Amino acid sequence: MIAETGLAALWLAAGLAALQLILGIAALRTEFAAERAMRGIAVVQGVLTLLAFAMLLIVFARTDLSVALVFENSHSAKPFIYKVAGAWGNHEGSMLLWVTVLSASGAFLALLSRRIGESTLTAALGAQAALALGFYAFLLVASNPFARLDPAPIEGRGLNPLLQDPGLAFHPPTLYLGYVGLSVAFSLAVGALLTRQVDSRLGRAMRPWVLAAWIMLTLGITAGSYWAYYELGWGGWWFWDPVENASLMPWLAATALLHSINVLAARGALKAWTMMLAVIAFSMSMVGTFLVRSGVLTSVHAFAIDPERGTFLLALLAIYVGAAFTLFALRGATLKEGAPFELVSRESGLVINNLLLSVILAIVFLGTLYPLFVEAISGEKLSVGAPYFNAVAGPLALLLAVLVGVGPLLAWRRERRAILPKLRVPALLGITALVVTIVLAPGIAILPRLALGVAAFLGAAAILPLVGRNPLRAPPETWGMVVAHVGIAVALAGMAANAAFTTERLAVARLGEALDVGPWVVRLESVAPTAGANWTAIEAQLRASRGAAPIVLKPQTRYFSDPPTETNEAAIQTFWNGQLYTVVGKPDPSGAWQLRLWWKPFVTLIWLGGAIIALGGAIALFGRALRAWRARRKREPNWRERYI
Amino acid sequence: MRPVVALLALVAIPTFADSNLPPAYWANRQLPDASQEAKAQALMEELRCLVCQGQSIADSDAELAGDMRDLVRRRIAEGETPAHIRAWLIQRYGSWVSYRPTAEAAAWPLWLAPVALLIVGLLLVSRRIMLRSGR
Repeated sequence: MIAETGLAALWLAAGLAALQLILGIAALRTEFAAERAMRGIAVVQGVLTLLAFAMLLIVFARTDLSVALVFENSHSAKPFIYKVAGAWGNHEGSMLLWVTVLSASGAFLALLSRRIGESTLTAALGAQAALALGFYAFLLVASNPFARLDPAPIEGRGLNPLLQDPGLAFHPPTLYLGYVGLSVAFSLAVGALLTRQVDSRLGRAMRPWVLAAWIMLTLGITAGSYWAYYELGWGGWWFWDPVENASLMPWLAATALLHSINVLAARGALKAWTMMLAVIAFSMSMVGTFLVRSGVLTSVHAFAIDPERGTFLLALLAIYVGAAFTLFALRGATLKEGAPFELVSRESGLVINNLLLSVILAIVFLGTLYPLFVEAISGEKLSVGAPYFNAVAGPLALLLAVLVGVGPLLAWRRERRAILPKLRVPALLGITALVVTIVLAPGIAILPRLALGVAAFLGAAAILPLVGRNPLRAPPETWGMVVAHVGIAVALAGMAANAAFTTERLAVARLGEALDVGPWVVRLESVAPTAGANWTAIEAQLRASRGAAPIVLKPQTRYFSDPPTETNEAAIQTFWNGQLYTVVGKPDPSGAWQLRLWWKPFVTLIWLGGAIIALGGAIALFGRALRAWRARRKREPNWRERYI
Repeated sequence: MRPVVALLALVAIPTFADSNLPPAYWANRQLPDASQEAKAQALMEELRCLVCQGQSIADSDAELAGDMRDLVRRRIAEGETPAHIRAWLIQRYGSWVSYRPTAEAAAWPLWLAPVALLIVGLLLVSRRIMLRSGR
């Protein structure tokens, strides 16, 4: 019954989405007042998909093997947390999570939106319903998560052991909240283009949605990067893999949008461009979903062999992106541009920011999709990877990071004062860092060296907006911006230090043998078997010392039987100045063991920086919300009676 | 008896993705000469593990990746240049094996498009700002 309840809830939600879309069209065409009804429907729709998702969690928690999806992806002997999190560790379950976030976003928009006009809101809710309808159809027609098996098998096939990690509980939901949360920006842009009400009020209404989605996306990408780093066992934290790029593209677009939306909200300018970015950001989410969920990445041919899902997603992508861009083409040109600005102004700075982010986005897009395109038309297989992305996007990202230090110092409209004297101290720090690395570490590559200099510059320049005023009086969004920009400097420093100063030791070591890695001496003391709930393992004991107080690390190679897989469990010790990363591999015939050791100075700054960036976003989001709430309470002392 | 064993071995090995052979000597060891190892490492990071999904041979547990690491390290130790080894591998496996797009015509758009976009973007932005500021 539970699976059927879930399925029924999905069908009902799809029906409500259709109704919501029809009401939205009616409201747009006529003077029909649909706002209250549509708000209600959107909320019920969100509740229904949450119900369906809860049903999926229950069948996974109970390992109900009569549900095909549970049989294919779960196993009774799995730890409970991975049974539950395993619900979204597969195609159908993750699409249901996707759709759940989509309709929950619509429900929140319906519940919370008080800032935009009624007609724009109903048009936006209609657009959100149109999006949801397509993806409900995809779930119900091509990816039903609740299909039954009769008779029910005795045991399930198990979840890919690489996914049996706390990361699975946290990473996909956070990422999807960001990914799909961008749908609200898309719908608001479409709604405002339909009603021709693109103005600063729309910018202010759209901003918290973009910010919230962007925070989640930042956290999700950061968490995913750390998960890959410790789980894959080779010390890499970003692989320029198409699946990673699929999450980076919406983030780049959302970051650009977050900046241009400020121009729209504050000055009423960049209307057309901001609407376009809002459309692009969620389009990138859909492109990412297509890439990851259609099978096109495994190979262009896998896509052709099982074309149903891929073609369905491609059709949805074409319809939504095509429709939004057509609308933009029809209405974008008619938008009157807002207040003018001078060459040296905050607006210009944000325009340059948007230009660089857009070009970086285009590079990632091209590098990810062009090989698929070439293979599909000529059969020739190209590889595009780290060497390309680092060489092309890297320098632009560094240039952008320099400008991050400058832009926030500029005044709106026209900067009359000289800006450069303010940057004396940061510039001096940056140059000092460069000179120090040239003297002390002459051998490192050019990009990490420049990145270290830029990080030192930006770390100091980012706090300048708080200097020369009472920092406690500064508005929360200024604090948020400063924190986020400091986060960029921190992450950049981590990336550069890791690239420049990592030492690696790969060896085949006998028991008792000692190996040097960076400042450490690591001795292989023993290797012994061990076991967990659903795995057995070989565990090495390593004693590492650099001078005083040795530490013990216990890396493992785990063997899972359902399905049969081997994973490396790296043992990682964190210090304030870096991580010691150790992996044990297979024995060779003589009884010696493969060891992989890395000393990674300041590598943790990469993810710390990511978290700080997200924190900056949160400060701006909640600070603004608090201020709006206080203002409303002051303006309307009786607001509580009116709303509750 | 012997031919039967040999036959069995022939049948058995291809059915396993990973054979039970010990890994090649240089698959998991570093070259003693640090500068040679650095060269090998830089090259390995740019070569695709042909049986993996989106991994370089420098960070893959697959047996083929180990064999390719062995090949790269041996050839570097023999004094071959990374460019030469890359060219040899591309000749055998196609440009799919190299993460650095080669200079062939199909890869040109990858290098030209970013430059073109940046130039067009700068032109648009500068024209816009000029118009806006009324000059």
